[in-house]
Amino acid sequence: MNSILRLPWIWSFVAAAAVWLLTMFATGGAGALGLTQATLTFAAFSVIVGTGQMFVITLGPGNIDLAVPATMTLAGTVALKYMDTQDALVLHGIAISIAIGLGIGLANYALIKALRIPPIIATLAMSFVIQSAAIATNRGLRIKPPEAMADFTTGLTLGIPNVALTALAITGVAWVLLMRSVYGRWIAAIGQSRAAARMAGLPVDGASFATYLLCAVLAALAGFLLACFSGGAALNMGSEYLLMSIAVVVIGGTAVAGGDSNVPGIWGASLFMFLVVSMLNTYGLGAGYRLISTGLIIITVILLASRGLGFRR
Amino acid sequence: MKRLSPDALRLALPVLALSVLIISVFIMRPNVMSYNGLHLLFKLGIPIALATLAQMIIMSVNDLDLSMGSFISFVACVTATWLVDAPLIGALMLLGAIATYAALGMVIAWRGLPSIVVTLGMSFVWAGLAVLVLPTPGGTAPGWVASLMSVRPTLMPMGIAGSIIIAVVAHFVIMRSSFGVLIRGVGGNERSVARAGWSVLWARAAAYATAASFAVLAGITLVGLMTSADANIALRYTLLSIAGVILGGGEFTGGRVSAIGAVVGALTLLLAGSFLTFLKVPNDWQIGAQGMILIGILGLRLLLVRLEKRRGRA
Repeated sequence: MNSILRLPWIWSFVAAAAVWLLTMFATGGAGALGLTQATLTFAAFSVIVGTGQMFVITLGPGNIDLAVPATMTLAGTVALKYMDTQDALVLHGIAISIAIGLGIGLANYALIKALRIPPIIATLAMSFVIQSAAIATNRGLRIKPPEAMADFTTGLTLGIPNVALTALAITGVAWVLLMRSVYGRWIAAIGQSRAAARMAGLPVDGASFATYLLCAVLAALAGFLLACFSGGAALNMGSEYLLMSIAVVVIGGTAVAGGDSNVPGIWGASLFMFLVVSMLNTYGLGAGYRLISTGLIIITVILLASRGLGFRR
Repeated sequence: MKRLSPDALRLALPVLALSVLIISVFIMRPNVMSYNGLHLLFKLGIPIALATLAQMIIMSVNDLDLSMGSFISFVACVTATWLVDAPLIGALMLLGAIATYAALGMVIAWRGLPSIVVTLGMSFVWAGLAVLVLPTPGGTAPGWVASLMSVRPTLMPMGIAGSIIIAVVAHFVIMRSSFGVLIRGVGGNERSVARAGWSVLWARAAAYATAASFAVLAGITLVGLMTSADANIALRYTLLSIAGVILGGGEFTGGRVSAIGAVVGALTLLLAGSFLTFLKVPNDWQIGAQGMILIGILGLRLLLVRLEKRRGRA
């Protein structure tokens, strides 16, 4: 029992469960299944984007991908435009999303490496360019997703939303990559000390490059799924995921200074963040109070987490 | 040839970039070369310069403020409502906001927290408070702010004159005063500042409070120019201010910043928008082209640093 309590990610699940109970308390138990399914669905998108961001943050101080929202928008827009509501082209659409992710990841890392600019500025500048590309492709049109994809993303399997299952599969792979593969050990080592990792002969550049690719691909996939789920791509569809992707990583117990990541925590944090919003809605609080509590939660969590972990900057 | 000091060299590129932009705008639109033309071109110069300086002070202690835009929006909302109806309460709210920043700086120093995450959380809090203060766009600028911002100095438009004054004041506060040296020292080497007998806790708190004061002025002057406010009025200032500091020769770490450079960087980004409109870049590609300009200038800076190094070796 003691060892379970010491896991850094357990608290995000405890908090999520507590908020779920509080919401149920307000509704008198009504809508328990609906709330759970909605939570799983919306958390799934944060989980996919957050997982990519977590890999980047693992690389150490200064590593962060600000191009995530623009990547989501561009992948969703281009893929839906290409598929043009035809079921036969779904696989092409997925391939296009992945290709867009790979391209953006490549461009991001090329900028970081070639211009030696901090990742924050490199991905920020890239996100301007990507956003423009998305605006130019979209032209205000809202193209519906193919029937099959719309059904899949809004559907359930054994009572569990399909997007949640997809996110679960992705986090499963991410967990294996991070905890059981040599690549995962590499990026943890790089995050703990880039200089030491280089001295030890680890492929620092290669591993960092792969990480930025992975993050962009996951963002692109999340954008694709989100566009199909919400019945079309919108130009601002990624915007809330910029802060959310960082928030779920931090609340989930990943060290912000890098080198120590946590996959299950992303799930706990994503569920928690969505549940808080729906709880405050249930209690009839407006947008202002919702934003303030979200912010206070993030700060409280980071304060509590700082006690044991001892952040380095 | 006389060697330029490293600081001067660091400043040379942003100044050059701004000059090239101004000259190209003049060539494309000769009628901009008038008092009114320049007035319109640099209208928003003062709030953007102030916001960039606020971000620069935070960056000089090795931190980053992701809540700058929502904080300035909050200040703008308070300015357009409370500062008009009940100036005393409004002023107290703004002082309270500055005190909150000082407290944040202390907590960040005390627990060794990552500033990115704390300010990320605060960005939600400020955004929420802004919505509570002003749920729908509106409000009015307090009379004295509006009249201050519509002053038309004889020599040059307010946007340019104000930016120059702000840059000079900030230069003396951050680069020339002992307070500024202390703050940049915290960014350069926290431990040695502590060993020298200074309190890093109070130094960080002072840096955050100074930054917040600049940001408050940015919000107030912004309302003076726009004559109303809304909760999203300055959200883009977060990224704009970071980009401005970097463009102006500042660094993320080591307390290497330049106040004059930051103001020049801010004005460059401001002008880049108009420049692209004059170039007839389609609206869709405006943001993208701004990103390209940012990348281009940073590429040039790398080249310059390389040259500097080579010259140092020779």
